[in-house]
Amino acid sequence: MKYDLNAVYVIVAREFIKFVRERGRLVSTLARPLLWLFLVGGGMSRMVSPDMGIPYMQFIFPGIIGMTILFSSIFSSISIIWDKEFGFMKEMLAAPVSRFSIVIGKALSGTVVSTLQALIIVLLFPVIGLKLDIIQILLILSISIILSFCLSSLGILIATFYENLESFSVIMNFIIMPMFFLSGAMYPVKLLPHVLSFLTKINPLTYGIDALKYMVFPEKKLLTHDFPLSLDISVIVISSLIFVIIAANVFERRK
Amino acid sequence: MYEQEIFIHSPIHSFHSFTHLLTYSLTGHVPKKQDGAALVMPIIAVENLTKKFGNITAVDGISFEVEKGTIFGFLGPNGAGKTTTINILCTLLSPTSGKASIDGYDCMKESSEVRREIGIVFQDNTLDKELTAYENLLFHSYLYNVPKNERRGRINDALNFVGLYERKDDTVKKFSGGMKRRLEVARSIIHQPKVLFLDEPTLGLDPQSRANLWEFISELPKRHDVTIFMTTHYMEEAEICNKIAIIDKGKLIAQGSPDELKKMVGGDVIYLKTKDNSIAIDEIKKNLNLDAEEKNGEIFISVSKGDACIPKLINTLADMVLSVRLQRPTLNDVFLKLTGKAIRPEAVSGGDELKEAIRSYRRKFERG
Ligand SMILES: Nc1ncnc2c1ncn2[C@@H]1O[C@H](COP(=O)(O)OP(=O)(O)OP(=O)(O)O)[C@@H](O)[C@H]1O
Ligand SMILES: [Mg+2]
Repeated sequence: MKYDLNAVYVIVAREFIKFVRERGRLVSTLARPLLWLFLVGGGMSRMVSPDMGIPYMQFIFPGIIGMTILFSSIFSSISIIWDKEFGFMKEMLAAPVSRFSIVIGKALSGTVVSTLQALIIVLLFPVIGLKLDIIQILLILSISIILSFCLSSLGILIATFYENLESFSVIMNFIIMPMFFLSGAMYPVKLLPHVLSFLTKINPLTYGIDALKYMVFPEKKLLTHDFPLSLDISVIVISSLIFVIIAANVFERRK
Repeated sequence: MYEQEIFIHSPIHSFHSFTHLLTYSLTGHVPKKQDGAALVMPIIAVENLTKKFGNITAVDGISFEVEKGTIFGFLGPNGAGKTTTINILCTLLSPTSGKASIDGYDCMKESSEVRREIGIVFQDNTLDKELTAYENLLFHSYLYNVPKNERRGRINDALNFVGLYERKDDTVKKFSGGMKRRLEVARSIIHQPKVLFLDEPTLGLDPQSRANLWEFISELPKRHDVTIFMTTHYMEEAEICNKIAIIDKGKLIAQGSPDELKKMVGGDVIYLKTKDNSIAIDEIKKNLNLDAEEKNGEIFISVSKGDACIPKLINTLADMVLSVRLQRPTLNDVFLKLTGKAIRPEAVSGGDELKEAIRSYRRKFERG
């Protein structure tokens, strides 16, 4: 047990040190949501009429937070593929720590770095004319933490199936981008045709962004009737558990 | 538990001890299992271990034991199955069949116990290049639960030992290949393992660092009672082993101490260049009753006492002889004889030792 707690701690510490050291990575992962918020959001707001009186740029704000979390969590977890390719994974696998603690350590690593990035985006709220009080910010942060954990675990699960980074663009184009578009980030989920709306319902990011909408627009959100907040949170928590358990089992399997 | 297993007389078991007897009688060893009272539990025990990858059999029914506090060398050409065996012993792979245990712990069922007892230098680099040398070792000491108040001291000692203390705050990507290798060796001993696996630890090191590293490694068994399991492609490095096992195409083909193995190749080899090799071979066979063969334009003759044989050869062949050299057996010859190939191509050609032997022969011959 002592071994496992130490392992979780040191795996998170490693990721954090690397995150702080590679400033380029921070800039590039923050650039994406900023571009979407200001270029896509700014441009579209001239065409799209406000939904429930929310200007488009503000409407997509929870989605942009979700996007930040999606990309930074999955990228952080996918570093497992790097670790496999450059051998460091063996150092961890040969150590007397449970595979479960390696998975938890990696998931928490993703949670830390991606919550930090989400926080930076959240703090831009005055720029787009939103008003958030401190309670709202703390609630947004809490949702960000559980959503980051969920998506980091999903990233680990994806990474367990790949041995090298050649498949990176496949993961990007066929998993991450569709998850983003089918999450209600850019348009309300209820506008989608049936087939696609099914896909949004099995996408954990949808529930995360829905929960974020509750926190960003406390009064207006009640009118949209997408999902109840309790469902959002349950889905995020339960799917995290499922991802972590499957990933730990796949890790445990020796060839 | 272990002792009980040994005395069950299953057919497989008796077959097994039979093969044991065979290998040992080849190398002049007395089988240890003969007498139950004298049984010492080996720190590494491998029995009939087999590993298949699809239809490739990487490890094919090997059995061996390593005694505590000794250096065990595992030699074999590329693809022989050395790394695969190490990966099974280190609990990273599960075998297709057979048994492996370390210090009495089963490598399959008691993997955490096994992992706690071992240190490993993998064949391929496994450092985090974005972290500093110190951070890599710190990460390791957390993973292996090194007590908090000892971490710094042990890490600094290890860094000092491999001569990287001054570079401890540099990221590993700034290190040369040899420095990385040394850092990995330092890392593998931080948690004071009982068994140390070294998969070609000197790969990419300069001769100076190689010598230093081996000096240190050979001290470990005496000083800390560490058992070392190593592979290398440098035959002269294998000389420090107490026991060597040679593996080829997944099968163990010999084991014993370096001296025992050298005896297997039957002593010295004389290489001759003559004006006409086939006539010379006939002459040698007829007059000296020695077995001579031709290879690469040279005649080679295996004899037990080469220095005494050379004058007779010269007398027999007279002025047909162009050059003579004497070669004492090295581990590489053992290897060559058993596997049919040199472990490293450049290791075949004779060293300075031989030139010396020829010079001393000449002196004798000219005087007499
Ligand atoms: N993961 C794997 N999948 C398929 N085949 C493998 C795998 N690992 C090893 N092999 C095969 O098993 C055989 C033994 O490989 P191994 O790495 O154990 O050799 P080795 O003795 O360490 O060689 P070297 O001296 O080159 O390091 C080789 O034929 C190799 O191709
Ligand atoms: Mg190898």
